[in-house]
Amino acid sequence: MAETQGPRLRTIIARNHRWDLIIGTIGLLATTVGVLVLMLLFVDLVIDGWQRLTPDFFLNFPSRRPEEAGILSAWVGSALVMVVTAFTAVPLGVAAAIYLEEYAPKNWITELIEINVTNLAAVPSIIYGLLALGLFVYILGLGHSILTAGLTLGLMILPIVIVATREALRAIPVAIREAAYALGATRWQVVSDHLVPYASGGIYTGVIIGLSRAIGETAPVITIGALTFIAFLPPIPFTGDPPAGPFDWLFSPFTVLPIQMFNWLSRPQTAFHVNAAATGIVIIVATLLMNGIAIWLRSRIRSKLKW
Amino acid sequence: MNQPKTLDDNAAMVTETLKAETRKFNFFYGDNQALKNVDLPVAERRVTALIGPSGCGKSTLLRSFNRMHDLYPGNRYEGEIRLYPDDVNLVSPEVDPIEIRMRISMVFQKPNPFPKTIFENVAYGLMVRGEKRRSVLEEKVEEALRGAALWEEVKDRLDDLAFNLSGGQQQRLCIARALASDPEIILFDEPTSALDPIATASIEELIAEIKEKVTILIVTHNMQQAARISDYTAFMYLGELVEFGRTDELFVRPRKKQTEDYITGRFG
Repeated sequence: MAETQGPRLRTIIARNHRWDLIIGTIGLLATTVGVLVLMLLFVDLVIDGWQRLTPDFFLNFPSRRPEEAGILSAWVGSALVMVVTAFTAVPLGVAAAIYLEEYAPKNWITELIEINVTNLAAVPSIIYGLLALGLFVYILGLGHSILTAGLTLGLMILPIVIVATREALRAIPVAIREAAYALGATRWQVVSDHLVPYASGGIYTGVIIGLSRAIGETAPVITIGALTFIAFLPPIPFTGDPPAGPFDWLFSPFTVLPIQMFNWLSRPQTAFHVNAAATGIVIIVATLLMNGIAIWLRSRIRSKLKW
Repeated sequence: MNQPKTLDDNAAMVTETLKAETRKFNFFYGDNQALKNVDLPVAERRVTALIGPSGCGKSTLLRSFNRMHDLYPGNRYEGEIRLYPDDVNLVSPEVDPIEIRMRISMVFQKPNPFPKTIFENVAYGLMVRGEKRRSVLEEKVEEALRGAALWEEVKDRLDDLAFNLSGGQQQRLCIARALASDPEIILFDEPTSALDPIATASIEELIAEIKEKVTILIVTHNMQQAARISDYTAFMYLGELVEFGRTDELFVRPRKKQTEDYITGRFG
């Protein structure tokens, strides 16, 4: 009988476990740094801006007197721009993703398009601003308007929507597609009856993540000439007389939340800085809220899917 | 190596009406030839089983019957699969695979219901044909679910999601889905390999009932299953159809050494 090898193994196992502990600790530290910095920033903003978050702050136009100034024109502008952004990015992005995933032949042209789409996500946002200034403002003559801003931000988040939609489509098992094709469905029937409904959770998530990035964008919106001080609201959408009336809001000058914040920050009076902090809270809460909705929608739709 | 059988040899084994027949059928995945000169007769309203070791081409042959290979690039058919009584070559490029799939339906290895309701699953084959009348859909769905021996279990919860059913029920749902649009042939690709013995028995019973009305072609790994449920059996090996015959003869008196080795468990 050989003697037991237990004690020798235990020494080795103990040594192996040491690495578990070390890597686990490093990982925990790395995670904490990210979360803590974000928390600190947010707490700092809240401490600075909390007192300005009154109903009046949301209902007042900007003013030369900091304590009377509000973000009415900015949040209305942001909301309307987001509507245009969504209406631009969703149809274009979803259609492009469906084409690339389901229809495009697998050849070098498709591959080139795919690489480009992925790279577009890495293009700095100010480049989109410059493109929009040339194309939408000067060539197409759309002006420094809500429409221009929405189209610009829509193009900017297009890659996010495309990538999210493609991933959602790819997550659908081959067996489901084959089941539909085997019953004599055409490609479009498979896409519209099955793939898009099953991918909708991923698509919504991509759109909302994209919008929550767009709502905080400053550079491209400044480039296309958003106003920094605006004391009126765009016409209420879809209320004017046809033909141009219902859509006159699209061509209205505007400002958005991050620009309002930037403008107040660049003032010398510290009272305006408090307003800026309060605006920052609004933007962060809006972003977190949108991400929350995305997570909720995804889990709700996922719970109905199983394969 | 045995020479592939000639057309007359295999077809002569079937004295009944043929529903379909492959003639000198070859199939290629790119440059890789997966099926070689296969001559397989398929008798009408009978069960024909395809057996053979993994990779022998039996699933590839089955999936040729409803042109599933058309979904992926680089695949190529050569030769003919004739479908009777029209006598069309269903792998011909002029024949629309959509029409073939509407006439020849399929049940897959793993139950693959759509993440939709039980009703929507069964009705889908009719819906792709543009059938929208609720009364027709309801009638056909009930008929198909009865045909798949599932009606009594699900009649009160047709609007439940299909994945709430057990594995065996899901597979019977897939059979109902395949039955609903009155197919001429149903292809079964190892339909019980993901099921427990009790669910397997109920699927086998079902196949015996369905063959009263529909021609059945089934791939199975399980030789006992082939012996139990099929009228004709084809043994395939390395992309060739080695032996075809009446099931009761093939399992009792195989004519080829390879077939004998396989069915007695010496390889495979």
